[in-house]
Amino acid sequence: MTTDTTRAQEPLPVDDDDVVLTVRDVKKYFPLTQGIVFKRTIGHVKAVDGVSFQLHKGETLGIVGESGCGKSTLGRLLMGLEAPTEGSIRLLGHEMAGLKPSQMRALRRDIQIVLQDPYSSLDPRMTVGDIVGEPFDIHPQALEGRERRKVVQELLDVVGLNPDHVNRYPHQFSGGQRQRIGIARALSLKPKVIVCDEPVSALDVSVQAQVVNLFERLQDEFGLSYVFIAHDLSVVRHISDRVMVMYLGKTMEIGNEDQIYGEPTHPYTQALLSAVPVPDPRMKGRRDHIVLEGDVPSPANPPSGCRFRTRCWKAEDICAQEEPLLQIREKADHPSACHFAQPREIIRAIDEPEGQDA
Amino acid sequence: MSDLSAAQAATAGEPGAAVEGASGSTRSLWGDVRYELSRSPVFWVSGVLVLVILLMAFFPQLFASTSPNSRGACPLQQARVAPTWEHPFGYTSAGCDMWASLVWGTGKSVILAVLVVAGIVIIGVVTGTAAGWFGGFTDTIVSRITDIFFGLPFILGAIVFLAIFPTRNIWTISLVLTIFGWTSMTRVMRGSVIATKQRDFVDAARALGATDLFIIRKHILANSIAPVIVLATIALGSIISAEATLTVLGVGYQRPTVSWGLLVADGQNLALAGFWHLLVYPCAFIVVTVLAFIMLGDVLRDALDPRSR
Amino acid sequence: MTDTKPDVTAGPAKSPLRNVAFDPSAPLLEVEDLAVEFHTRDGVARAVNGVSFSLSEGETLGILGESGCGKSVTAQAIMGILDTPPARIAGGEVRYRGVDLLSMDEKLRRHVRANKIAMIFQDALSSLNPVFTVGWQLAESFRVHQGADRKQAKQRAVEMLDLVGIPAAKNRVDDFPHQFSGGMRQRVMIAMALSLKPDVIIADEPTTALDVTVQAQVMQLLADLQQEMRLGLILITHDMGVVADVADKICVMYAGNAVEQADVYQTYESPAHPYTRALLESIPRVDQKGQELTVIKGLPPALVNPPPGCLFHPRCTFARDRCKVEAPPLYPVPGGRASACHYWEEVMAK
Repeated sequence: MTTDTTRAQEPLPVDDDDVVLTVRDVKKYFPLTQGIVFKRTIGHVKAVDGVSFQLHKGETLGIVGESGCGKSTLGRLLMGLEAPTEGSIRLLGHEMAGLKPSQMRALRRDIQIVLQDPYSSLDPRMTVGDIVGEPFDIHPQALEGRERRKVVQELLDVVGLNPDHVNRYPHQFSGGQRQRIGIARALSLKPKVIVCDEPVSALDVSVQAQVVNLFERLQDEFGLSYVFIAHDLSVVRHISDRVMVMYLGKTMEIGNEDQIYGEPTHPYTQALLSAVPVPDPRMKGRRDHIVLEGDVPSPANPPSGCRFRTRCWKAEDICAQEEPLLQIREKADHPSACHFAQPREIIRAIDEPEGQDA
Repeated sequence: MSDLSAAQAATAGEPGAAVEGASGSTRSLWGDVRYELSRSPVFWVSGVLVLVILLMAFFPQLFASTSPNSRGACPLQQARVAPTWEHPFGYTSAGCDMWASLVWGTGKSVILAVLVVAGIVIIGVVTGTAAGWFGGFTDTIVSRITDIFFGLPFILGAIVFLAIFPTRNIWTISLVLTIFGWTSMTRVMRGSVIATKQRDFVDAARALGATDLFIIRKHILANSIAPVIVLATIALGSIISAEATLTVLGVGYQRPTVSWGLLVADGQNLALAGFWHLLVYPCAFIVVTVLAFIMLGDVLRDALDPRSR
Repeated sequence: MTDTKPDVTAGPAKSPLRNVAFDPSAPLLEVEDLAVEFHTRDGVARAVNGVSFSLSEGETLGILGESGCGKSVTAQAIMGILDTPPARIAGGEVRYRGVDLLSMDEKLRRHVRANKIAMIFQDALSSLNPVFTVGWQLAESFRVHQGADRKQAKQRAVEMLDLVGIPAAKNRVDDFPHQFSGGMRQRVMIAMALSLKPDVIIADEPTTALDVTVQAQVMQLLADLQQEMRLGLILITHDMGVVADVADKICVMYAGNAVEQADVYQTYESPAHPYTRALLESIPRVDQKGQELTVIKGLPPALVNPPPGCLFHPRCTFARDRCKVEAPPLYPVPGGRASACHYWEEVMAK
């Protein structure tokens, strides 16, 4: 797998056939305005501030970070729900920026989204059949001559729901089932990429497993690629091949599962990992215990240089003066955006199937 | 989700199971509303009343066989005759049967209200949706225009407008009331559209590539219309009341039209002289009608309350 | 703050509690056979069905369960904030230091709940009044319950904010709730909960809405304060990781019943109930490389007219015929534990 290097000046690596999504230096700034009649722009919320990555066929890229890091905005940019302020997003070789609406509509058949809230992501006044069939109202050619009702029932079956329930309404289903309906809807156009924006965060613990397993099964069955956005590091580890850690609109570290979880090099990643609760009381006091000081700074006014420096125990003068670029540093084999990046084992992975004994 | 609602929403079984409705069949949200309404006594009382009133408006002959407008129906010697056991409603100051006058006057008030409400709903839905969906400049324009109209004093403005028209009939009065009434509908629709716009399924539709018009038609309208329905029902009551006010003030219906407002105006002058029936009956009709619509609107509002969905 | 715990049977001279016969040797909080019913359109739902547990000084009890299991309702019943109707406490006792709150005089009960037991909720933004400053809200409890004057009350408010780790407390005391970040607001809630020096804190999903790093800070704060003030802490959550870190003992709830009770090590190392076991096997762990997650098939049961037998049996891998007809009581398990499963020995042996 190609590793990610991102210097704005470097030429874009040639898209292999293997790469389905290339994001390069994408930025999204929201203007802050003042005034009632004539609005003046007094500043910007830099929600996403220069993020780059590639997604390969059949791969799951997990994007993690806490609130305000920009991962949800990034998800919306990928889906074309927001237009980037700068930067490029190429889906299957096609550049998304500057497309005509009809071209964009055609491109949307290849990338779909599953949203977080199972209660508001489905129109309560439509039957489940209508919801899952709506993509075909917009893209009739996607039916490819098949009968719509049959296709909808097949989709419900694929996600583990009873196909006879096409005429039921969303409020008659549980949260986990509604998420499945949302997934069925996302699958209907046979996309290559699915952006999953916190798809299991709003579900009960026992239901999360069902939906996560479903995602994995669908990926195997249909060769899907996922961008899996979540704040729960445990779930992300489980489903992702590679992981990108974001903070205040920028990428802090990116690597594969073993690299990020086993030898994180960026202090923020290390702090995150040390804070994730582990359901094992014997771990009490046995893990590196990093408690960060202070609050996350405002994305409208990020710190100069390295954004994380206000909460970082390693911060020195250089951190305020020079922003560390995301690149491979010595002692590590995956990119990290820290002047003092150093691998540190926070979590020791247990590799056994039962996973209970150390 | 509260413990209880989660519990109510589930049944044991395979992941494919879904909740059965109270009757064991599929239950849409409108079905829920119908069920809840059917259990409310206020709904039945006001609903039946409204139905009767509407019937009276469109088919007065079902309630009083002779129209006071027909030839010879109002002999002058019967003017202001007080109620008796044979004629419990008595006679108006024009000599017409009070009951017949009230029945045949229903249409003037109620059909006018229906016209007005139809007008303000159409204007309100269109402008409110435009303002709420597009936001930005469109919203600014619509909102400022709405503000201007809100600022116009109702009674004063209606009097001035109506005084312009030489003949005041159901069409001119409806026009004026529509001009003064559309703003509240726009506001309500705009707010409702803005709230609906934030919901995730709108994003999902956009992600599928739906055009604005498609989303508005398929998702926004149905999910935003509930407050408009409630307001429309209540507005029917308030328009009837407003028209009666204007008519009593002398700028509404003109004599010799048979209308509730005019009957009240007559009664107002003569009630103290001892002809109490000239005032009490028309007032009672107006009050009961207005109340019926408002109660119905109230009950609808509770049933459609999204928090109980 | 280095106040020693006041003798709870004394208390300020004017306290209406001075004549109540509290038993200082009894556990802080003892819930016995608590039952709560909800009267709904579709029938009577038994949201809490005979739950018992106890809490001592300095101890942390974790009540673990998913949505609909009755854990929040239990907490609300203890605090007396249930909406009655439609809820109704159908039975049981809630004893504070040996005295049952549910059968106490209304005024005294309110006094105990105000001063001795405090609650922290999940969403600080909706629990704090947005139109008053944080300082004002904190000071209010001092003014009302301790008769402090405005200056004294404000001074104590600043002290409380300091105690919970809000930097520059003197400056922030006049800020409004929305001016604080999520973690800071939660700290303010903790400050409010602690202001009257309670003995028991009930925290209902206190960190669920917070980021993981902030969660760590807030849990650390709670742990420190508990140690310092010898509080009893009841932590209600669905997060098995948070509870493992913080709790001394666990009560697992399912569909209104307490299905397992044990200390925290016992619960995680050798669960004695199929539900606990299934839960542990279905959550992804950050220290495990991806394996197939074991799924708990099906959905929780309806609480109105529940089916006979064990409420978990339709989803249980250990279920037998007996489970369909006979609802299991809480069997005692060696080691001071309990499990509501007929086949708990089998579950533990696996």
